Parts: sequence; structure tokens; C-alpha cells
Amino acid sequence: MLRDFFSKKKRYASIPSQEAKQDVPEGLMQKCPSCQKIFYRKELIRNMNVCPHCDHHHKMSAFERIEQLFDENSFEEWDKDMISSNPLQFPDYEEKMENDRLKSGLNEAVVTGKASLEGMEAAVAIMDARFRMGSMGSVVGEKITNAVENARKANIPFIIFTASGGARMQEGVLSLMQMGKTSVALQRLNRSGGLFISVMTHPTTGGVSASFASVGDYNFAEPGALIGFAGRRIIEQTIREKLPDDFQTAEFLLQHGQLDKVVHRHEMKETLSTVLSIHKEGGEQG
Amino acid sequence: MKHVLDFEKPVIELREKITELKRLTEESEMDLSEEIVTLEQRLEKLETDVYDQMEPWDRVQMARHPERPTTLDYIDYLFTNFLELHGDRLYGDDEAIVSGIAKFHGKPVTVIGHQRGKDTKENIRRNFGMPHPEGYRKALRLMKQADKFKRPVITFIDTKGAYPGRAAEERGQSEAIARNLVEMAGLTVPVICVVIGEGGSGGALGLGIGDRIFMLENSTYSVISPEGAAALLWKDSNLAQRAAETMKITAKDLKELQVIDEVIPEIRGGAHRDVKQQALNIEKVITAALDELNQKNEDDLLEERFEKYKIIGDYTSLDI
Ligand SMILES: [Zn+2]
Repeated sequence: MLRDFFSKKKRYASIPSQEAKQDVPEGLMQKCPSCQKIFYRKELIRNMNVCPHCDHHHKMSAFERIEQLFDENSFEEWDKDMISSNPLQFPDYEEKMENDRLKSGLNEAVVTGKASLEGMEAAVAIMDARFRMGSMGSVVGEKITNAVENARKANIPFIIFTASGGARMQEGVLSLMQMGKTSVALQRLNRSGGLFISVMTHPTTGGVSASFASVGDYNFAEPGALIGFAGRRIIEQTIREKLPDDFQTAEFLLQHGQLDKVVHRHEMKETLSTVLSIHKEGGEQG
Repeated sequence: MKHVLDFEKPVIELREKITELKRLTEESEMDLSEEIVTLEQRLEKLETDVYDQMEPWDRVQMARHPERPTTLDYIDYLFTNFLELHGDRLYGDDEAIVSGIAKFHGKPVTVIGHQRGKDTKENIRRNFGMPHPEGYRKALRLMKQADKFKRPVITFIDTKGAYPGRAAEERGQSEAIARNLVEMAGLTVPVICVVIGEGGSGGALGLGIGDRIFMLENSTYSVISPEGAAALLWKDSNLAQRAAETMKITAKDLKELQVIDEVIPEIRGGAHRDVKQQALNIEKVITAALDELNQKNEDDLLEERFEKYKIIGDYTSLDI
């Protein structure tokens, strides 16, 4: 979807993408999908995976994010070994997960645990789109539910970074019900006065967008992130009209009143720290 | 019978033949009663064969049957004094969801459900039962009202899904559904949800968090339509029939997966055959559920609702 948006820009780029691809040595150099410019990967990483030329926010792995956001060595992981049992005995599902485990080094599409941000403790959940497109099945639902519950019991805030294509098709209705399961846990946290911060990153769509991602006490998003309920193509087919390029971007959501703020990755830590510290002063939290 | 589903054609044809023979017997002097008795016995057996062993795909067809009773049909039989209430107080009134107050066995309740149309004109008005955010927000408004005045909430689920439209996204379809999930989880009154037709994805779930979830025997509940699943997983929407089996979307499947509490038996041949009798079947389970839930205090109700959802899902550990 957002790729359509970028591919349109591509026409004006000075470097033909096919040739450029061949010229880029794997690993050392990287090409920005947005501005097509080529630069050292080191340069990108130093810049928090934000394109030094056009500000495009590149995808980030869960552990890269943890490393950049939280205090050094403060992260303690929960439910690390939890994996899907393939409850519907869905054909090829286990092989696909095994592949993603090898590719991403993750056991599932979310990493949860406890971490400190400038000395302030929080329960955190970081989704990673490299594992099954960040889709939510039983494991993602259970791990997030546990993290929310741990936040409530320890009386610390809950922070989530979402990145998800939606429900995990291979787990059928069980994946749909994880929307309910996580919501019931969030309601419990809410009743106890707990703080919940949701940060939507690219992409946050479908069942994840239509559950926890959208109901933070604070809803933030990274610039340019694709966020929406239904897919662009389905909407275009349904309403028979072309959608604007910025449709379902973080900026589009902000304009339509669906977000508190679009937060640049360079300012993420400071923004979260501000919210946490204001709540700490407020009373019960922290 | 205006709409005949493929799998039930033999039944319908045989039934028509019997009707024809009966007419002949009456009109002419021929005595065909022996043949009629034989055919009626055969019909009985055929009906058992066809309707008692419906495949998932047959049930999908049944759930989508154009004559299948809707929320308003059941409201007529189940409640008295139904007063429909409109609007979300924010943007508009979404007729893809009906909602209001009523009495169930003389006691006040709030009733909310997806509402399909029965013909093209009504379907356009009701957007084929596919809600916009204002529909979910109207539902939420009435649920909060029910909470305030301490009356149970009964919802009927019957939608292909929330509407995938531009305006729906602009007005926050995601947030509207997400908000309902969290708020329904916190209602301090009993909440009973009944899937009566198609339970399509988040758009269905947006009215579907409760203390008891029931499904009519021939209803479906799924994360995506069989056609959508086939297109997404196998790049071929013609494999919908196979997807209907693989995805486990029937009431019986969901009971086995511990997602729903009970399957409500349907009239043989589908709920549309006898709406009144079907409503009685629904009434029975709602009555039993309310009797049980009304005795619980708020804390227990919320605690049990949490436990109910906490166990949904299946996972294992890497080191097993
Ligand atoms: Zn760039």
C-alpha cells in the first residue's frame, strides 16, 4: 500500500532502481526505498534507521528498538520461548514459522519484557514485522496479555510499539479472538488506573489497528507509517475511486483526529520520557 | 421456497414432487396415496441425510441465505416494548446497526445488532449490514447507558464485516471497533452475544465481547471470509470451499476451540423455515444465561469475563 505511494515517486528518481540494486553490495550499502539514494548501512544505523537524506523511517527490528530506546541492559525478556502450536493444523504453517525464526532470530512477532526508560520502569511489547508480517496469533495475543497483566500487577506503565499486518490467518478465529483477549486485559489495566502508551509504526493494519494499537491513553505514530483498518486495494475496489497518496498514513490519521502526535524517531525517547515523568509526578504510577 | 441452495436441491425437488402428487390425487380420481407415503418416507430420510450432515461450505450458504432471519426478526419474537434508539451523537445514524431498549420476560434490557436488508432497497439503506464507525459508536453509547441503568446487554451478530470505505477510515473505523472491545470488556452488567448469521472478522467482534457467546448451528464466525482466505493464502478465491473447512468457521468448530459457550440448534433446513420456533430456541439459552449471570456481583462478572478470554488461544514452548 505505502509501497504504491513510493513506487509513484520512483518515476522521478535519478537512479534506475534495477541497475542500482545490482550495484549495491549486500550488507554494506543500502538504498532508501523512498528517495532511492544509496548510502552506507552504518550511516543509516547511526541515524536510528532514518534516511539521512529524506527522513524516511526504515523498518526496525524489535531488538534494535529496545537497544535505542531503553536504558542499557535494563531489558528483561518475558515468555521468550513461547511458540505457536499450529492449533488448526494448518498446512505449511510450521515450516513458514521455522523459516521466519531463522530469518529474524525471533520466536514470534512480538518481544515483551520489562525495561527502564531514563530510570523509569515499564512493561513493554515491541512487535517485529519480519516474523509473519507481525501478524497476531495466539502467541502474540498471550504475550501481550501477559505483559499488560504484569504492568498492572507491578503498577508500572505499559508501552507497545505496533508493527503488524493484522490477524494471523493460519490461526483462524483464534487469531481474531486475540483482539478480544488483549482488550479485556487492557480494560483491567485501565480500571486499575494504569497508563498505556501505544506507538504505531509501519505497518499497523487490520486486527491490530482495530484493537490495542488504537486505544492507548496516548496514541503516537512514526512519520509515514501505514495505519488503517481495511487494505487500500479492497477499499478502492469497494468504493470504485482512487485514494489519495497519503491515505492511511500517520499524517492522514493525525489530520483526521485519530492520533495525539506523529513523533519522529529521533524524538521518541524524549516524548515517552515526558509522558512517563508527567505520570510519575501525577501519583499512583511509577 | 424462493431461494434454493445447491446442496438442498434434491430435498426441494422431492418435496415438490410430493406436493404435485397430492394435487393430482385431489383433482383426479386417481389414488396415489401409496406412492405418496413411500415418497414421504424417502423425503424424511433424504432430509436427514442432507441437513444433518451439512459441510462447512453448506453452512456458509445457509448463513448467507437471503431469507435468513435478521436481528429485527428475532427482536419481534424475543422482546416486548422494543424502542429503537438512533444516532451516535457525534456524526450520524448508521442503519447497519439497530439498537434500543426493550423488555425480556418483563425485565429491561438493551438490545443491539447488525442489521442486513431483505431486499436491494433496504440493503442499500443498511449498507448490507456493514457498519461505519458511527454504528459502533451508537452501539457503545447504548451500552454505556445500559451500564448506567444496570440492565443486561444482548447483542446479535450478523455482518460480513465492518465497511471497508474511505469515509469509514477517515472517521476511525479501527478506533471505533477497538474502543468497543475494551469498553464491552468493562461493562458491569451481563453481556450476551448471539451470532445469528455471518460473523465477519473485527466488524463482528465489535459487538461481540461478552459473558456468554452463542452461535446458531448454521452461522459462521471467522477472521476472514472463505473467499478472502482462499485469495490470500492460495491466491485463488475458487478454493473458498476448501478454506471454509481449513479455517474452522462453523459453530461446532468454535465450540471445540472454546471460543463460544454453546451452539443453538437450528430448525432443520435453516432458521428461515420457522422463525418463531427458532426464536424460542434462542430465548431458552438467553433465559438460562441471564438467570445465571444476574446473580453475580460486578467484580465476579468482570473477573470471569477476563478469565473467559484469557484461555482463548493455543501455544507451546520451544523447548518442549
Ligand atoms: Zn531516503
